[in-house]
Amino acid sequence: MVNHLLRHADGVRLAVLVNEFGELAIDEDLIEAEDDTLISIAGGCVCCSFGSDLTGALLEMAKMHPRPDHLLIESSGVAIPGAIAGSVSLLDGFHVDGVVILADAETLRDSAQDKYMGDTVLRQISDANIIILNKTDLVAADALAETSAWLAAQNPNVRIIETQHGNVVPEAVLDSFLVKAAASGPHHHTANMEMMTLTPDQRVDVDDLARHLADENLGLIRAKGFATSLSGQKMLIQVVGSRWATSEAAQDKADGIVCLGFKGQMSKVALP
Amino acid sequence: MSDTTIYTARKIITMNRNRPIASHVAVRDGRILGVGDLEELATWGEYKLDETFADKILMPGLVEGHAHTMEGTLWRYVYCGYFDRADPDGKMWEGARTIDAILDRLKLAEVEMTDPDAPLSGWSLDPIYMDNKRVTRADLDSVSQTRPIGVLHASGHILNVNTKALELGGLMKTGLNHPGIPLGADGYPTGELYGPETMTPVGVHVGFNRSLTDSDAQGLRDFGKLCVRTGVTTITDLAARLEPDGVESMLSVTGEDTYPARVVPLQMFMGATAKETVDKVVALKKRATDRLRLGRIKAVADGSIQGFSARMRWPGYHNGAPNGLWYTAPEQLAQLYRLALAAGIQVHTHTNGDEATEMVLDTLGPALTDVPSPDHRFTLQHCQLADAAQFRRMKNLGMCVNLFANHHFYWGDEHYRLTVGPERALRMNACRTALDTGVPMAIHSDAPVTPLGPFFTAWCAVNRITASGRVQGESEKIAVEEALYAITIGAAYTLHMDDEVGSIEVGKKADFAILEDDPTEIGGPNLKDVRVWGTVSGGRVFCAADL
Repeated sequence: MVNHLLRHADGVRLAVLVNEFGELAIDEDLIEAEDDTLISIAGGCVCCSFGSDLTGALLEMAKMHPRPDHLLIESSGVAIPGAIAGSVSLLDGFHVDGVVILADAETLRDSAQDKYMGDTVLRQISDANIIILNKTDLVAADALAETSAWLAAQNPNVRIIETQHGNVVPEAVLDSFLVKAAASGPHHHTANMEMMTLTPDQRVDVDDLARHLADENLGLIRAKGFATSLSGQKMLIQVVGSRWATSEAAQDKADGIVCLGFKGQMSKVALP
Repeated sequence: MSDTTIYTARKIITMNRNRPIASHVAVRDGRILGVGDLEELATWGEYKLDETFADKILMPGLVEGHAHTMEGTLWRYVYCGYFDRADPDGKMWEGARTIDAILDRLKLAEVEMTDPDAPLSGWSLDPIYMDNKRVTRADLDSVSQTRPIGVLHASGHILNVNTKALELGGLMKTGLNHPGIPLGADGYPTGELYGPETMTPVGVHVGFNRSLTDSDAQGLRDFGKLCVRTGVTTITDLAARLEPDGVESMLSVTGEDTYPARVVPLQMFMGATAKETVDKVVALKKRATDRLRLGRIKAVADGSIQGFSARMRWPGYHNGAPNGLWYTAPEQLAQLYRLALAAGIQVHTHTNGDEATEMVLDTLGPALTDVPSPDHRFTLQHCQLADAAQFRRMKNLGMCVNLFANHHFYWGDEHYRLTVGPERALRMNACRTALDTGVPMAIHSDAPVTPLGPFFTAWCAVNRITASGRVQGESEKIAVEEALYAITIGAAYTLHMDDEVGSIEVGKKADFAILEDDPTEIGGPNLKDVRVWGTVSGGRVFCAADL
């Protein structure tokens, strides 16, 4: 999945932080240079191993020139993602986009029952904004439906994306990709997903709009863009599943919010 | 032929059943040529008689199986602990028993500082003994508003800082929403930071960064002085990062003629795969020297009980706190055990909660079936809550245990009242059960978490008294002789070093603890008061008073 994202970075300076390089095999043709803790990748991306000191690695990232546009932290199997997100949000200059969990459709239910890891798996699921349910090709359709329904019951706010071989649509994982794709069109097959842009033609209650886009009935995977508040301030809206955030933005940004959702569900997507 | 020195002693306690007590020990080439009376030893030929220890008690050099060399470095910071504690130079620092006393001590240190921007750092704070009254940012601001100040708690998991430090770390703001950062009525952080992720951004500005756990050259030398003062000649550094510079520095310092101890650093299993870790340690093992015993691994299964991050079996924490955290996934540990067993590398695993202990037992069992290793001596470190059934499994799997006897004194009351409740508190650090079950056992200080001092550790195991003065767990007490065994041969066994150190007998290293008092005569209640004159390490004499 990491290779897949790096390959489609295309102008987004992506930094992938992994616990350890270990089994992680970055495709040879992507690598420009590497040392013990940092791999430089074509197009301004990097891959960095943080070992036991994530905060230290993040502080290092903040000092890089040019700074990465987006960090993807691949946490260990025992990590509690919500705790990591909480820690990242403490650091100046960082904004938490969201928590994406990659789950194995074939073994997920067993993992959740594991004597030692079960409660950790459940905490990970409940912390997620998006769950990528991978290896769906190895599971019968009814079992897959059952697992999806079970996941939705564990975390009603999560958006579940089914994939095979880790080939997830990059726009679903990182909002930087979403904005780029909206500008230039996706350079790849977006499977069962669809994108559209909503453009408010007047000032709006920005929090209301963000909350609306995060509503589970709408079922959007992500949304990102700008709108003008009732007081005339330009605002950035970021939605990941049912998590939303708004923040002040430069006044010269054009209004417009890119939305990514599942095919067949997009007809409902409209301004409130 | 090399020179032989025969030392006369008031009494030599050998921990060797064939000659339990003797009056003389002969040393040649840094090793023990023989132990007995002068007439017996004279049969080895020419010798020099040394009367330095004529009125002293000799024991095998003590072995501390779970400590961190970081203790040496921390003494360069201001000691803010509740209990009296001796520094590497032998100065006894009186415990600071109120917040005002701590602030006064910091103020004294502050006026002596010449660089106005330099951070002021303190360590070993523990509000538990001060009615849990918390130190605030305002308290520390009264010491200085212009220089960053940080005081690390005894547990190592909480940091108190002043306003300046919060500003430098970017946390002096409202709107923070993090369980590790309590906020005051004004919406700003109170200055207490819980857990590494909140401590790190501020810690780097107050002298506490990650590399602190790698003792620097001076820290390692100071650590050596503490060893001499406490009778220790073999000591572990139980969670070393062992980065290339650190290894060179440790090799160089321990290689100095005046370095007084054998240091056993264990490579921490964190931030690298099992294969990378085992490969690295196999390579490091080849670089081991007589005084730097590279070539072992430390893994961490869970967190701490008083931090509620230990993994507990049913019924969980007594106060209803949710179950703790895994620090290493069972799957990773399984991989590590298999690879390490195959490579002949020993692994020590930290477990605190009983579920973590259970997980290790469940994981090592199948690994041993795949990679049979008759003398692996994989050791559970802390293992504070294990019950009798778990000790029986340890025995069957050939595991050793190193119990945290000191913890029982310092935090036993907390465990009784809050974390695990009365019944399980009684069985914590179950030395009697370990010995009766036949599990090879050591006991430890985890310095700097609690002070280095094996006689104090032995006293804890013998008396099981908590800080409030209650005996907690009468049935888990052990005898003085058993405790003395645990701090010598017992600990040496857990390091595969019992063939070299831990008893005074022919062929072993000439490593001795030189004592003013006889620990077998002083009585169990006074065991912690045994006075240490110094040590002999590899035949070299180190007098604490001359350091």
